[in-house]
Formats: sequence, C-alpha cells, structure tokens
Amino acid sequence: MVLTVFLIIRLHNLFAVVMLSGIYSLLAATFFVVVDGVDVAFTEAAVGAGISTVLMLGALSLTTQHEKVAARSTWVPLAVVAVTGAALVYGTLDMPNYGDPDAPIHNHVAPRYIEDSLKETSVPNMVTAVLASYRGYDTLGEVTVIFTAGVGVLLLLVRVTGRRREEDEDAA
Amino acid sequence: MEWPGLYNYWIVIFLMMAGLYVVMARANLIKKMVGLSVFQASVFIFYLTMGKVAGGTAPIVIPGNPVYSNPLPHVLILTAIVVGVATLAMGLALIVRINEAYGTIEEDEIDAQEHDS
Repeated sequence: MVLTVFLIIRLHNLFAVVMLSGIYSLLAATFFVVVDGVDVAFTEAAVGAGISTVLMLGALSLTTQHEKVAARSTWVPLAVVAVTGAALVYGTLDMPNYGDPDAPIHNHVAPRYIEDSLKETSVPNMVTAVLASYRGYDTLGEVTVIFTAGVGVLLLLVRVTGRRREEDEDAA
Repeated sequence: MEWPGLYNYWIVIFLMMAGLYVVMARANLIKKMVGLSVFQASVFIFYLTMGKVAGGTAPIVIPGNPVYSNPLPHVLILTAIVVGVATLAMGLALIVRINEAYGTIEEDEIDAQEHDS
C-alpha cells in the first residue's frame, strides 16, 4: 500500500493514477478481511475499487489524461504534512495496542450489541443488525445524502451534454 | 512493546499524510480527488484497526462462544464508504463543469485566467 501511494504521488499519467487508486482500494479491502470487517471489505471492493474507479475514468474521458507538471514549491505542503504527522504519531502513543481486548472501545456499548442483537433483531450478522435495525434512521439519512448527490451530479452534467448538443447542431 | 503494537497506526498516519500531501501539493483537480480518496481509505483502515480484538472473529453469530471483533466501527465505516462515493461523484461532476468553463483542470491555469479577466 505504501508503494501504491508513492506511485500515486510520483506519476503524472492520470489514467495510471486512477488505476492505482483502484488497486489501493482493493488492498484496503483485503486488509479489512484481515481485521474481521468482512462487510466493510465487501463494500470497499465493490464501491471503492469498482464504482469509484469507473466514475474517475468517466471524468477522465470528459477532461484530460495528462497532468501538467506544475512548477510550484513543495516545501510548504511537505512541512505541513510532517508537522501534522508528527502530532498524530504523538497522539497514538496513548492508544491501546493493536488487538488489545481491554481497549476502551471494546468495553463501552459494544458488548451489549454483541450479546443482545441476535435476541432482539434475530439477524445473525451484527453489522447488519445495527445498520438496518438499531440505526435504521441513520441509514435512511445516508440514502438521502446519496439521492442529493445523484441529483446534483445530474444537474451539473445535464448542462454539459446539453451545451455539447447545441454546439453540434450549430456546427452542422 | 509487543509487535505489532502501535505499528498499524503509524502506517495509517503515513498513508493519510501522503493523501493530504497530494491534495495540497498537486495542482491537477482529478489528482486532488484521488488524494482525497486515499486519505479517506486510510481513515477507514484506522477505524477497522481499532475494532480488531486479538483472536477475534467476524461479528456474525456462530455456535460456540467465540470472541467477536467490535461491530460498531464496521457499521460506521460502511456508511462512510457509501457517502464517500457520493461526495466523490459530486466532486468529479464539478471538475467536468470546470473543464467545460475554463478548458483546463489545472488549478494554476484557472487562477491565471481569473486574474487576466
């Protein structure tokens, strides 16, 4: 994954960059399987590696394939990134170790869902139980977000294709 | 300190900062979107790392009395992935419109055109 990210930074061919971001998503999905997030891995592989890549390829076909190498200073972003990264690493020093069963995150509300969700919702998959049953309204809100985004994209792109058609008619 | 200890978090921070760097240092708008999604995926990895319990299994009820990993980060990230795609689609549509209006997707050139007019 580190190599993929390095290549994303270095390459200037946007097609290659988009493909690498798909590979990055796929690697993330395999990592999610390793840490037991099977549902998340599923979604990331389908949505992150699939739909996102298709969307970006669509945007590429409507714009351009090559990035122009800009002559701008890289020192300021590099410094900001280094400082932020150092602050975050300092923050992790107080965090529990990887896989620690005594970590605070595992001892608050999680055990309740793990023990009672089958009894209360009779859905064996706890992720589904929380997503569709306990947090059903949040999922409805999520659908609203997607709907809004879809309407926005359509409104933006209809004007593009509409103008193209007018130009074609003018030319003909 | 036992391996992997905090090592996972540091890799995530590196990936996150790489995404942030792309967003800040590159002028090409599509590359910025790629950087943003790299950043986003790193945050997902961070959450799932926190949800892992050593020796745990996926949070699907099975017979016996196994240790389950924490299902709550999974639910959060599932929602975040889908919303992430929605914002990505919106951003890309805006880029297509910008390309239509300015004929370029390089930030510097757009800036120059704005100052000329």
